[in-house]
Amino acid sequence: MGLETFGWLILLCPLAGCVVISLGAKLWPEGAPGWIGTAAIAASFASSIGALFALEDLGEEERQVVTVAWDYASTAGVDAQLSLLLDPLSIFMALTVSGVSTLIHLYSVSYMRSDRGYTRFFAYLNFFVFSMLLLVLAGNFLLLIVGWAFVGAASYLLISYWYRRTTATRAGIKAFVINVIGDIGLVLGTYFIFKGSGSLDFLTTFDSVEESFSRNDGDLVAGCIGLLVGAFAKSAQVPLHTWLPDAMEGPTPVSALIHAATMVTAGVYLIARMHPLFEQAPTAADVGAIVGCATLVIAATIALVVTDLKRVIAYSTMSQIGYMIMAVSSFAYTAGLFHLMTHAFFKALLFMAAGSVIAAMAGNQNLDEMGGFRRAMPFTFGCMVIGGLALSGVPPFSGFFSKDEILAYVAARDDWHVALAGLGFVGSLLTAIYTFRMIFRAFLGDPVEPARDLEQGHLYHAPEHTNPATGEVEDTDVGFPGADHHIAEQEGSMKVAMGCLAVLAIVGGFLQIPGVTEVLHHFLEPTFADSAYYEELHPSDGLTALGLFTGTVLALGGIALAYHLWVRTPDAPGSLRAKLAPVHSFFFNKWYFDEIINTLIVRPFAWFGRFGRNTFERIVISGLFVGGTTGAVRAGSAAVRAAQSGYLRYYAALLLLGVTVLGAYFLLAGS
Amino acid sequence: MSITWYLCVSAIVFCTGVGGVLTRRNPLVVLLSLELMLNAANLALVAFARAHGNQEGQIFALIVMVVAACEVAVGLGLIVALYRRRLPIDVDELRELQG
Repeated sequence: MGLETFGWLILLCPLAGCVVISLGAKLWPEGAPGWIGTAAIAASFASSIGALFALEDLGEEERQVVTVAWDYASTAGVDAQLSLLLDPLSIFMALTVSGVSTLIHLYSVSYMRSDRGYTRFFAYLNFFVFSMLLLVLAGNFLLLIVGWAFVGAASYLLISYWYRRTTATRAGIKAFVINVIGDIGLVLGTYFIFKGSGSLDFLTTFDSVEESFSRNDGDLVAGCIGLLVGAFAKSAQVPLHTWLPDAMEGPTPVSALIHAATMVTAGVYLIARMHPLFEQAPTAADVGAIVGCATLVIAATIALVVTDLKRVIAYSTMSQIGYMIMAVSSFAYTAGLFHLMTHAFFKALLFMAAGSVIAAMAGNQNLDEMGGFRRAMPFTFGCMVIGGLALSGVPPFSGFFSKDEILAYVAARDDWHVALAGLGFVGSLLTAIYTFRMIFRAFLGDPVEPARDLEQGHLYHAPEHTNPATGEVEDTDVGFPGADHHIAEQEGSMKVAMGCLAVLAIVGGFLQIPGVTEVLHHFLEPTFADSAYYEELHPSDGLTALGLFTGTVLALGGIALAYHLWVRTPDAPGSLRAKLAPVHSFFFNKWYFDEIINTLIVRPFAWFGRFGRNTFERIVISGLFVGGTTGAVRAGSAAVRAAQSGYLRYYAALLLLGVTVLGAYFLLAGS
Repeated sequence: MSITWYLCVSAIVFCTGVGGVLTRRNPLVVLLSLELMLNAANLALVAFARAHGNQEGQIFALIVMVVAACEVAVGLGLIVALYRRRLPIDVDELRELQG
């Protein structure tokens, strides 16, 4: 089979999985949908590997293949096709997405087993993977927008998967609305770019970018800013990030798959894919770099203080994606994409471990009520520590190479980007602190009741099912979480999935060791062959070594500080919090982003909506338009009705009068 | 004899018919008056045909008679139906079609 066949198979497998699971929803025996879904994604992963080998067989210059299934429209000036672009970047993304998705499906098979919406869950999950693969394989802007919107819809469906939980449905709506803002940005950006280039096809647009646009051309900058708005909304960058922490209302595998490993990295992919445009519009790229940097610091400070286990990881995700956005916007593409991959491994692993802990806590996500799970859940603890070390950037775990490569490349830009790299180092110190704060608080210390139960061999169950966020009482029927909980220690498939990711989180970094193995850099070269920075932007050996050294010191220092604060002197965090009360409450309230957005945007819009409903609608629409029209019609018909007296003689007289007038007219006109 | 006299007679008969239609309330008389109007028109047609010396007007008059016969059949049928249902035989009372 050729590259093109593999390309289409990557897409068709998850789509087929979704259709088969949904159509047979009533037929499948218990547990079957999970395995069908997993098999579909595994087939997609196998096709990605096939595509990788087929791509490697081609010559260096030919590794950008466009395959067209059909034309949607081929009118003058619009080239809307169903086309896939198969190049190293899209295959790299397809491999990452389908690979991690396979493991997360495998994890969900056990984790979601007692949930009444099991079939629906896997149909949604397969649909999500299909959308994400469509997004990364799309060969033109049109298909990209379709994939982009599908991914947003799948995210909405999965966040509000427990649809009888009001907090979950609200979070779903919030995510969807913010994602639609991003969609609008993407569509507008596409419009501005299409205006200049006259083509929707990626390669045609990129090849002609220097003829179509002058450097920093207004239209191009506007277009790239539009694309950035899309990227920021999807990748949860400031100020469009507030949906991501709320999205943790979804089931934990969803958080692992969508809100850590794949969907939120779509923005990074978008900027990397559009690199010829951003290099021609450096102003827009600078905006991306600065916003990425701001996000990584802001999110890290919030992660230091939140007490919800999953939200700590969610803010960490935002922060890490900030690194990636900063990297690709500073034209350090390999570094950004490398971190995307390693992050997918260790963040999915962290979420899976967190899911296991939450299951052991019977759904409770509050860090304040956790502690001492180390002996009860040794496997989960091990995975969490591996993920944590990779996230903090401790050598030789994968995050060490990828994060420090980003910072070295950004610093190598040699202008104000150095300041961004400096903030990035601050961020990596914070990363180590918040990661190990989470781990120490959940696993060390005195065992809480669920941990003690587990040590004696039985899983803790809450006396009644409640919503962990609000305490509302729930049942276990469809629309709410199922009755049972499943932890990695007792479930083979969860263990396998976490084990694979743990191994990847350890060894993933060896793909791209500076100066030793630059596999990824060479692999991605054909995609970035037209980039002015890909080969030229390279940190000196000294800078790389300094970066690696500083990164190690900061990571170990952060872990030591976290150990000191939360293990050795358990009273210290409390007194520190009291001393820094204003700072703590500022961070704890998430920099008041929700409140600011509420005041600046939501309230005025709500006021405008109420004005529209109560005043404009009542007076202008109902009063003037509807009332005016009915009034006029009513008055006119009353006049006509008055003429219909029903007297036969009256009609006859009118008839006679009419005929007489007509006759008189012709007589007079004729004479 | 000049055609004028024929036309004068026709006009007088027509006006009599119109007056009957407009003033009488008994549907039977209204129908009679209608017949008068039709026959006045017939008279004018025949007179013109004679004056111009061709037969078409005569044929037209015959057709009008046929139509008048049909109309009378329908009209009388209606009046009989009204009578059978004991409705008032008065066109002013029959005004259900008012707006």
